[in-house]
Amino acid sequence: MSIKMPEPDQAVLARRDAIVAALRAIVPGEGVIDSERELTPYESDGLTAYRQPPMVVVLPETTQQVAEILRYCHREGVKVVPRGSGTSLSGGALPLADAVLLGMGKFNRVIEIDYDDRLVVVQPGVTNLAITRAVEGEGFYYAPDPSSQIACSIGGNVAENSGGVHCLKYGLTTNNVLGVELVTIEGEVLRFGGKALDGAGMDLLGVIVGSEGLLGVVTEVTVRILPKPETARALLIGFPAVEAAGQCVADTIAAGIIPAGMEMMDRPAIHAAEAFVKVGYPLNVEALLIVELDGPAAECDHLIDEVAAIAQRNGATTLQISSDEDERLAFWAGRKAAFPAVGRLAPDYYCMDGTIPRRRLPEVLQRMEALSQQYGLGVANVFHAGDGNLHPLILYDANQPGQLDKAEAFGNDILRLCVEVGGVLTGEHGVGVEKRDLMPEMFDEIDLKQQQRVKCAFDPASLLNPGKVFPTLHRCAELGRTHVHHGQLSFPDIPRF
Amino acid sequence: MHQPQTPEDIVAILTDAAARKATVEIVGGGTRRSFGASTPDAEQLATTALSGIISYDPAELVLTVKAGTPLAELEAALAECGQAFLFEPNTAPGSTIGGVIGSGLSGSRRVSGGAVRDHLLGFEAVSGRAERFKAGGKVVKNVTGYDLSKLMCGAWGRLAVLTEVTLKVLPNPTQSLTLVWTALDDAAAWDLMGEAMRLPADVAAAAHDPQRGVTLLRIEGFGPSVGARAILLKGALARFGVPQEIAAEEGALLWRPFANAAALGQSPTIWRLSVPRKEGLGIVHALARDGGQWIADWAGGLIHHDTQSDPAMVRATVTAAGGHAMLLRAPDDVRAHVPAQHPLPQGEAALAARIRRAFDPAGLFETGRFLDQPHAD
Repeated sequence: MSIKMPEPDQAVLARRDAIVAALRAIVPGEGVIDSERELTPYESDGLTAYRQPPMVVVLPETTQQVAEILRYCHREGVKVVPRGSGTSLSGGALPLADAVLLGMGKFNRVIEIDYDDRLVVVQPGVTNLAITRAVEGEGFYYAPDPSSQIACSIGGNVAENSGGVHCLKYGLTTNNVLGVELVTIEGEVLRFGGKALDGAGMDLLGVIVGSEGLLGVVTEVTVRILPKPETARALLIGFPAVEAAGQCVADTIAAGIIPAGMEMMDRPAIHAAEAFVKVGYPLNVEALLIVELDGPAAECDHLIDEVAAIAQRNGATTLQISSDEDERLAFWAGRKAAFPAVGRLAPDYYCMDGTIPRRRLPEVLQRMEALSQQYGLGVANVFHAGDGNLHPLILYDANQPGQLDKAEAFGNDILRLCVEVGGVLTGEHGVGVEKRDLMPEMFDEIDLKQQQRVKCAFDPASLLNPGKVFPTLHRCAELGRTHVHHGQLSFPDIPRF
Repeated sequence: MHQPQTPEDIVAILTDAAARKATVEIVGGGTRRSFGASTPDAEQLATTALSGIISYDPAELVLTVKAGTPLAELEAALAECGQAFLFEPNTAPGSTIGGVIGSGLSGSRRVSGGAVRDHLLGFEAVSGRAERFKAGGKVVKNVTGYDLSKLMCGAWGRLAVLTEVTLKVLPNPTQSLTLVWTALDDAAAWDLMGEAMRLPADVAAAAHDPQRGVTLLRIEGFGPSVGARAILLKGALARFGVPQEIAAEEGALLWRPFANAAALGQSPTIWRLSVPRKEGLGIVHALARDGGQWIADWAGGLIHHDTQSDPAMVRATVTAAGGHAMLLRAPDDVRAHVPAQHPLPQGEAALAARIRRAFDPAGLFETGRFLDQPHAD
């Protein structure tokens, strides 16, 4: 692991027993974990290359307890790392040796379902899929569907602004959250948004969503639910070249069609998936496209024909159309299993998450192939084709000395490439620890300082999730006062990781 | 009136204004002057010279433009490629895209297609520190860094001068059909709109105008789909009677009164109430005691009202129902002491003020228009 975290504060570590006792006074019983053995499960999240046991874990059950914990940590200058289900792929919930890990798993209640206003109020530890489960009996669902939806919590989704295969049509988390209750590091309980569509005043809700646990701890979330579409049908389309598949996507959108999902896989990913789930994916194609349409049956039938015609015009060599629900799910089975399938090709894989303008896809894939040769590591690509969000999976073996570092270097080169062609570092996984040091590829010093000033407005002592998102840890007082000229650092003594 | 030609000009103007301790009000098309208190002491900075499309690639669903570009010009360019802003910008002739973003107000389709905030992907701006900065990106899916674009939507020029904005654009539906029910009482209208939104009929917009006695549902999309959904809605909502079906341009005329509260004409006072949908009916009943006209949009979740009631009473009524009340238009003497924005609770207000200071530490953009400026720290 090549990314440095802030040095632990020895003075805080020396007070560990007192901190544990103080947390026990707030959360009695099993809600405070401090034994080495029991801390181990919390040492990493979905980015497993990075591990660090926390100083202590606290699992509050009420907003009041969260407020008291944060107030205490603020007063005592103790860092806090919030954690939902721990499925972050960017290390957003990676603990710090001198920080309290604040687990929100016990906040697991659905508080209110309101079909008339089409919303659900939940506690943040409720899983993404549990929201849909709670309302599907009435014909509703919650649209954002990250692939970890069975495990990831809605609080984590809010922190990361999670996406999913359906977000081209239905939006990311930010477009589906109406309100939150947030506890500040000072222990103040605030509310942003609510049950109305527009909130009052400045859109602070909008900046809280996607803030990766750096601004506050969310203790309640109000989400919008939608009536489940009457039908969904999918096409499975093979192309002899990535360019043709990319053109098919562009032509579909140019025809005014926004599919519910539009996924692409490259040859290595197709072969890995087929070997794993055996659903009949064609193996003699360079790119495979899954296009899903949803809505009334009349709409799906009409658009299936349209997309099929567009695919034919772009030289599709195989084309299947789902005739029933089983077949539709079979089309998806390979894509949904793509990560574990690729995982069988090598002992480890590293999942990237850049977004590019779609028209640059052929060029990006070519250059990625060249990088693959250069690093001597394989790569398979799955791709949210509709919105240009790439998920290259880099294959490596962590037991071979140097391979993890090589995989990270390869990944960083891919993300630099994404930015170079006009894209971004992360489409849905978040910056976290993983892409922190790449932020200057996209943003200059002034851009980053402006973001950090927003952080300072919420958390002036920088106690919430430090070491994530920002490559340089600035003290807020300095950010407030200095006037910085382009690229010139005023405080060369400030720690940079 | 400052008329910068480039972002560098803005840096110079703001630097100079800060040195003179002047305050600066950002003006786009100047179509929202009825909002907030008058600001005789502020210097105006017009963005009109920062105009034009920088890049537009329909297949990428992304449009990048200078912030002072007139909205009409953008809508024409989008229409040529069969696309549109799905949030139905709330505009008057002359509105600029920067003004649309700064006010954050969306039209009838907001209930289905999202608001301005859901379509701003990234921007470049000059902050109150007179620094050029950028945030977000130029692709439709991006979570890199804080989503500062959201803060710019509805900021009313209090954080930064937008210079360049990147928006998500979407295909304009090829067909549009409006179903019209007449002479429903308000309770029935609310029931109808609520039931319609609960059906898998993808209703694009739902509105009610008691003055004209019409309740409208709009469905949009491809022909076969629109037809199928019309049948579904008419069947499920049969107890409300048989609606008229009005297509395309004629249908658009029916929606015009709802855009910008046009139905309320030249009323001196207009409130914009954003409320939980099902509370809307109770609110119009509560406000009815003092008379006045109103229209409901967003299936009942947005009410424009020209009530002359005591502003404190209006706000208390709406707050109790979980909503908020914006004073969109009022006589000068009312605007001089009633904040246009719904006042926030103390903690939220203090945080919002700290956010403003994060962009504008000296209060360069605190013109007094919003009657709430705390001291710069």
